[in-house]
Amino acid sequence: MSDQIELRVNGKSIRVAGGTVVAAAIALAGVSCFRKSVLGEARGPLCGMGICMECRVTINAQPHCRSCQVLCEEGMEVRTDE
Amino acid sequence: MSERRFDFEIVVVGAGPAGLAAACMAAENGKRVAVVDDTPWLGGQIWRGQQARPLVPQAQKWIERFRRSGATLLDRTSVIAAPRAGVLLAEHANGPREIHWDKLILATGARELFLPFPGWTLPGILGPGGLQSLAKSGWPVSGQRVVVAGSGPLLLAVADGLKKLGAKIVSIAEQAQWGRVAGFGATLLAHPAKLAQAARIKWRLLGVPYRCGVWPVKAEGDTQIRQVTLTDGQRSWTEACDLLACGFGLAPNVELPLALGCELLEGFVWVDAWQATSAAHVYCAGEPTGIGGADCALVEGQIAGHTASEHKAEAQALFQERSRWHEFRSALARAFALRAELKSLATADTLVCRCEDVSLGRMKQFAGWRDAKLQSRCGMGACQGRVCGAAAKVIFGWGMESVRPPVLPARIESLISVAEKESAEGGKASTGSECRAPALREYEN
Repeated sequence: MSDQIELRVNGKSIRVAGGTVVAAAIALAGVSCFRKSVLGEARGPLCGMGICMECRVTINAQPHCRSCQVLCEEGMEVRTDE
Repeated sequence: MSERRFDFEIVVVGAGPAGLAAACMAAENGKRVAVVDDTPWLGGQIWRGQQARPLVPQAQKWIERFRRSGATLLDRTSVIAAPRAGVLLAEHANGPREIHWDKLILATGARELFLPFPGWTLPGILGPGGLQSLAKSGWPVSGQRVVVAGSGPLLLAVADGLKKLGAKIVSIAEQAQWGRVAGFGATLLAHPAKLAQAARIKWRLLGVPYRCGVWPVKAEGDTQIRQVTLTDGQRSWTEACDLLACGFGLAPNVELPLALGCELLEGFVWVDAWQATSAAHVYCAGEPTGIGGADCALVEGQIAGHTASEHKAEAQALFQERSRWHEFRSALARAFALRAELKSLATADTLVCRCEDVSLGRMKQFAGWRDAKLQSRCGMGACQGRVCGAAAKVIFGWGMESVRPPVLPARIESLISVAEKESAEGGKASTGSECRAPALREYEN
């Protein structure tokens, strides 16, 4: 696809096709830990459809966004737990 | 500023097959209709991606029809509560929304059923439907080794979909016995289109092992899954993979129906022949009433749409078609019934509640779901028991007794907006005070 979007995942710049969800951009950036659990385990998306809340990340300084439900936008700043 | 208050004669929650069909009928019957959906897409989970890359003619047809129907779409709008009769409270990025309705049609769909086993919380283990949805939205699967496991016809469809996107399907493990799956294949003879679809998928997956009576017992990895151990009950073996797509069929999304006072029957929303629930002016269609697939949902949605817009003759004309799909629904449930071994995959230290990290051993100390929630915090985290509650139902037979608002984690400003409105009106601020800390905690820390 030609309509490329540029965003940043944990400070790293990445270009994705239009229609890509934030969760996919995070995976494309090579990040597997989306959030740290209560006991400190690394977690990534489970349900992919907005109900399990495992894919929560910070998008544009707004914490706890379900990254599987949000489309990438130009200039977005995405932060996962590291 | 975005609009905050909306008024419609008929409001449909969910833009999947059932919701789209209901909305089309009601709008074509001249009603003012809105469809409210959590996502930025039309078509729900099953038809996700069909807007961008139309591949399923049926999905295209309904999405087009919806666009021409005159119904309003309120997308990216998550319903969080039903603060009083005739009103839904929802969240949108621009702020809370109050949606008023005369008739309400619930088409909230289903989610995948996840069962805990050692290692199941590792990154890279996703629901089959979930992985397919994400893959359609850009998740990289090309060249990835994927094991598909769990239960239901979705496993084959997902394996097929992922393979088309360049994934290497290592194997497919279906927990149901071969005899049952074959029997289900025979019932497809009554649904030639489905049979042809199944045959095409199976053909494209030639060379990929499809094993029945096989299920996962353990996943291992480091920063993500590296291998999964499967068993047929006699012997166990390990398969290396980059992704494990694992789900044990579907569980209905009944939180909002429960919040609206709809009665359940055996875990599904009870409806009469007109798709009417036990709650006044509230209808329900599709998976919440029974797991029957998109075709079943389309017919139920049409019936609900006609009924809610007082076109009962048109609704009745669809009863026969619906009973055909209800037979299919029963056949599905029989063929892919879960085997008893799946109840004991988790060990004492396996986490069952992923939000609050509560282990099976801890949960076992309690007599029931409510007791376990109160004392261990299981089911009290961000997903509000959507994952572990469904698992606990299978493992312990515990049922969800009730649901409390908000039905999704909500921003405090959304809840304040209801409380303010109610106190301004001198009404009872019952919902505001019932919105307890657990759901909000996530947003405060």
